[in-house]
Amino acid sequence: MRLIHLAFVPFLALAACTNPEGGFNGGLLGDSSSWDDPAANAEDQSDPTSQAFFEKKIGNRVLFDVDEFILNSSAKAGLDEQARWLIDNPQYVIIIEGHADEQGTREYNLALGFRRAQSAQEYLVARGVSGLRLKTRSYGKERPLEICSAERCYAKNRRSVTLLTGGLS
Amino acid sequence: MRLIYFSVLALGLFVNNAWAENGSMRVKISQGVIEPLTFAVPMFEAENIEAAAIATEISRIVATDLISSGLFREIPANRFIAQRTTFAEGVRYPDWRAINAQALVTASVRTTNTGRLTVKFRIFDIFSGVQLGSGIQLGGSTQAVRRMAHKVADQVYERITGEGPYFDSKIVFVSESGPKDKRLKRLAIMDFDGKNVQFLTGNENIVMAPRISTDGKQVLYTSWESGFPQIYLLNVRTAGRKRLPTPDSGMAFSPRFSPDRKRIVYSFEQGGNSDIYLMDLATARSARMTSSPSIDTAPSFSPDGRHIVFESDRSGSQQIYTMPVAGDAPKRISFGNGRYATPVWSPRGDLIAFTKQGNGRFSIGVMRTDGSEERLLSASFLDEGPTWSPNGRVIMFARETQGPKGAPSLYSVDITGRNLSPLNLGSPASDPSWGPVQP
Repeated sequence: MRLIHLAFVPFLALAACTNPEGGFNGGLLGDSSSWDDPAANAEDQSDPTSQAFFEKKIGNRVLFDVDEFILNSSAKAGLDEQARWLIDNPQYVIIIEGHADEQGTREYNLALGFRRAQSAQEYLVARGVSGLRLKTRSYGKERPLEICSAERCYAKNRRSVTLLTGGLS
Repeated sequence: MRLIYFSVLALGLFVNNAWAENGSMRVKISQGVIEPLTFAVPMFEAENIEAAAIATEISRIVATDLISSGLFREIPANRFIAQRTTFAEGVRYPDWRAINAQALVTASVRTTNTGRLTVKFRIFDIFSGVQLGSGIQLGGSTQAVRRMAHKVADQVYERITGEGPYFDSKIVFVSESGPKDKRLKRLAIMDFDGKNVQFLTGNENIVMAPRISTDGKQVLYTSWESGFPQIYLLNVRTAGRKRLPTPDSGMAFSPRFSPDRKRIVYSFEQGGNSDIYLMDLATARSARMTSSPSIDTAPSFSPDGRHIVFESDRSGSQQIYTMPVAGDAPKRISFGNGRYATPVWSPRGDLIAFTKQGNGRFSIGVMRTDGSEERLLSASFLDEGPTWSPNGRVIMFARETQGPKGAPSLYSVDITGRNLSPLNLGSPASDPSWGPVQP
């Protein structure tokens, strides 16, 4: 029953407009600002135990097929190399990030990124990297590496990234 | 041939039985083609000189709101024959009939030096030669002129179409800035027409898929604030927020309120696998609703709170499933070609809106709750994330353009698929969530 009955009976008092305070203190916790950044401060790649060496010489990314989280042979080969280096350099703790290309809905892609990170993690553990050093997270399609809307970019965005987050102390 | 009368007919029964016989004022929908109803809104009359600017503003907003629905077409003032329509004097129906105006809205506006704003208005069915219902008076503040105008427009819309109101409502969304690979995102809230944007979070952390509560006071969303995606509850008035308690052993995302706001459903990831969970907000206790080695996400409650709809790729591709909240097996309802995602139950309960992906294109569509009568309402490179207007008549979603400079913006479309329109915000926006009509 939706009708208003009486003439000119005030039935509405507009409440004060909601006025949310714009800003807030958004402290960054942990390492949430880093995704995929190449060794930020141009660390010396010639030091074979450095993050820069791992990222540039070993390679910290592996790629996935369309809408797929099962590792293909080149992803496995890349993770084999990563595993060897990570075992030799036990001072690092590791976050594996899963990413998706833009061809998918946002939350599905977030979940797909989890699966990709998990696949990489499980493979590294199977190759002897301690699971205690490893964490995963997903960025879904939120952080593409390449920004064109074509398969050559999508192929690089469907990735997991093995991120070294400083030393175990 | 389908013919729907959003009409004075039903309304007339309450007000004046005679109208039921001859109500000529109606919006006709025939096979998806709407014949908009023509209306005239002469400049609202100011009762005091200080009210003149506000009266002008309100009458323009009322007209703009009605036009934006796609169900109305305005007769411009330069075609008016009636030289003057004061609020008090009678309506000269032949003058309005002659220019084919089916509806007429007249109003007078008064302000006080204490900041009170009063609008009195009447709606006339020109071809029946009668006033539609009794006059209405709304009182408010001169600080809330736009809201007053939306309230007036809602009353006009409701009386003429028989549909529920939706203009005086707010929408939470994600405001975006920066390049595609370093995009900054923050939660924002705006009026239904894109005006009065206010930010609810900063842009230090990625935020995703906000959902406003049925009372408009709270927002659930996913944020990387802790470094990992987790779910947060935000108070719209204070912008205060807190993380909801989920185990640190996994990632939580995709949270949605129950209609009574006492519970939420969300996705929780553990060991790479995502399932649907139900949390009681008072006790913070969660119960698992699905357990399948598949991606189960994007849940949505039915308006009676007894069912959820969600997407799962358990069949091998993304499809839509419903299940009772009380338990029982999920039932697949989508069977067309392509992938189905982000199902959202209509506030009327009769339809489920979704994103459909296939052949490199994305569409927004609706289907009945058993999956039948699927209709696609849009298509583009990337359309995603539908949300329902509070009356279940309009769907808003995000459309993203392609390429290195690609960016999302918000669009709305009538559930007939007609009146697809961009919302002009001036900056990129995604993930809309439409709140209730304000009290």
